[in-house]
Amino acid sequence: MKSVIADQIVKTYDKGRVRALDNLSLDVEEGTVLSVLGPNGAGKTTVVRILTTLLRPDSGSASVAGIDVIKNPEKVREVIGLSGQYAAVDEILTGYDNLVMFGELYHLGKKQAVIRANELLERFALTEAAKRPIKTYSGGMRRRLDLAASLIVKPKVLFLDEPTTGLDPRGRQEMWGVIEELVKGGVTLLLTTQYLEEADQLADEIAVIDTGKVIARGTSDALKKQVGGERLEVVVEQANVAKTLEIVAAVSGNKASLDEGLRLISAPVSTGSAALFEVLKSLDSAGIHALDVGVKRPSLDDVFLSLTGHAAEEKRAENEEKKRGRK
Amino acid sequence: MSAINDVAIITRRQLLLLTRVPEVLIFSTIQPVMFVLLFRFVFGGSISTGQPGGYVQLLMPGIFVQTVAFTLAGTASGLAEDMKKGLIDRFRSLPISQSALVVGRTLGDSLLNIVVLTVMGIAGFVVGWRPSAGLGNVALGFLFLLFFGYALSWVGVLVGLSASDARVVQNVSFIVTFPLTFLSNAFAPTTGMPRILQYFAEWNPVSTMVAACRQLFGLKNKFGATAGSYPSEHPLTTSLVYMVVIMAIFIPISLRKYRNSLD
Repeated sequence: MKSVIADQIVKTYDKGRVRALDNLSLDVEEGTVLSVLGPNGAGKTTVVRILTTLLRPDSGSASVAGIDVIKNPEKVREVIGLSGQYAAVDEILTGYDNLVMFGELYHLGKKQAVIRANELLERFALTEAAKRPIKTYSGGMRRRLDLAASLIVKPKVLFLDEPTTGLDPRGRQEMWGVIEELVKGGVTLLLTTQYLEEADQLADEIAVIDTGKVIARGTSDALKKQVGGERLEVVVEQANVAKTLEIVAAVSGNKASLDEGLRLISAPVSTGSAALFEVLKSLDSAGIHALDVGVKRPSLDDVFLSLTGHAAEEKRAENEEKKRGRK
Repeated sequence: MSAINDVAIITRRQLLLLTRVPEVLIFSTIQPVMFVLLFRFVFGGSISTGQPGGYVQLLMPGIFVQTVAFTLAGTASGLAEDMKKGLIDRFRSLPISQSALVVGRTLGDSLLNIVVLTVMGIAGFVVGWRPSAGLGNVALGFLFLLFFGYALSWVGVLVGLSASDARVVQNVSFIVTFPLTFLSNAFAPTTGMPRILQYFAEWNPVSTMVAACRQLFGLKNKFGATAGSYPSEHPLTTSLVYMVVIMAIFIPISLRKYRNSLD
């Protein structure tokens, strides 16, 4: 059974000039995790807001747990949990106060709300910080508390909008751990992210969206296959570029390409670390010292490049920054 | 029933916020108390009122009304702050009455007014304010003040929801409330103003409220509005009509704005 269905959703802003969602359709099978992957501005948050009744679409239909989002928003709110991009908890109140308040707003009654709050604080390793105002929390702790608030009544469908954006690597790891626990518990989850790695780690299926449309969907493996697998990359001194091009081509059995600015030679490979070993050996016997060498997995940028012909906005800017920096 | 429960929870949150950040409560009472002292001792000596008990008898109703008028700014900036933080998204995704958040905030701000008015009343008493009316009328005066603050709180809801930024909200609220409180009979007689401003001051709800309170606190209502005009002769009725009209207009507009605010 499908727990979430979005059918031909259109949402425009600014009197129709900006088309945030352009006939977007997606669905999530009950008990599975769908990751909506895309760059900033692709429409990820808009999809989540529509499915969680915060926004009305211009046209199209949507349902969550079999309930029509547009006709019965009140009923939908009873079965969903939402944790947004910005931790939506009261900064001045303590973690405990927040959870009790939300528990009461879910009509648990004071006593049950207190019990539930303590359970959740314990589960998300926040017991020690329970009596401190949220504004003293780290980014990771805030997100965990926000997630806890969305789980007060065991939602049938959980929506997480960029749960790790802005977190440091450790906070991200912790958050992934927490989400994986939830997934094991069998929740139906729709998760948006900018990071392929995150989608890879957490999702059963990935829907790649760009400019308000789903441009590809499938398992992480299927998408990567579509992108073309791993690439061998070597950076050398200018003098060794020509020779290295030959070596990389020989090892990979494919045509090697060159980024002149970076002196980076790369080629698709299918043998992963074996190719890495192979190329190091060849370079060594040719007397070439590699400045950098590695096998790169496809990134979101590669997925985007191959699917749309243009890079994901942020990544592109980041790479240009790097190039300028190195020059 | 559950809607009332939701509102009560939100109102309680507001009070909890006050206990967590006592500075808010302290500063929202310090400012009006400071006004009481400044006006009492700066103007009190030079304005002759012909009123037994002196200027402070006329001043206190003026400052009470000014203070509750600033509820508008308090509600507006509080709400704008919540909108900014994305907290509103959470509230709106909960299975609760959709207007609970706004109604709860207006009620919470009114409760804050009770505290502030009490502290001001005490400060006024210390510097010589002695209402000559009976307890019943004085209590009715304070009820009027709370009701007026509550009505303006709904204007604040609209301001808070309309502004793009919490800092803009502060400015807008001051632009609305400052002229209203000073183009009135609150601190000085309106008879010294240019003719056109006199008409404005006469019909200004702040003036009618001040006059109403003065009447309820047992003063002869002569300091301020031009004698003979309807609002100066019937300040109680006029004020009541204003409050009902403000709420009749701003409650539905604000609630609709809130429901559509994120579309």
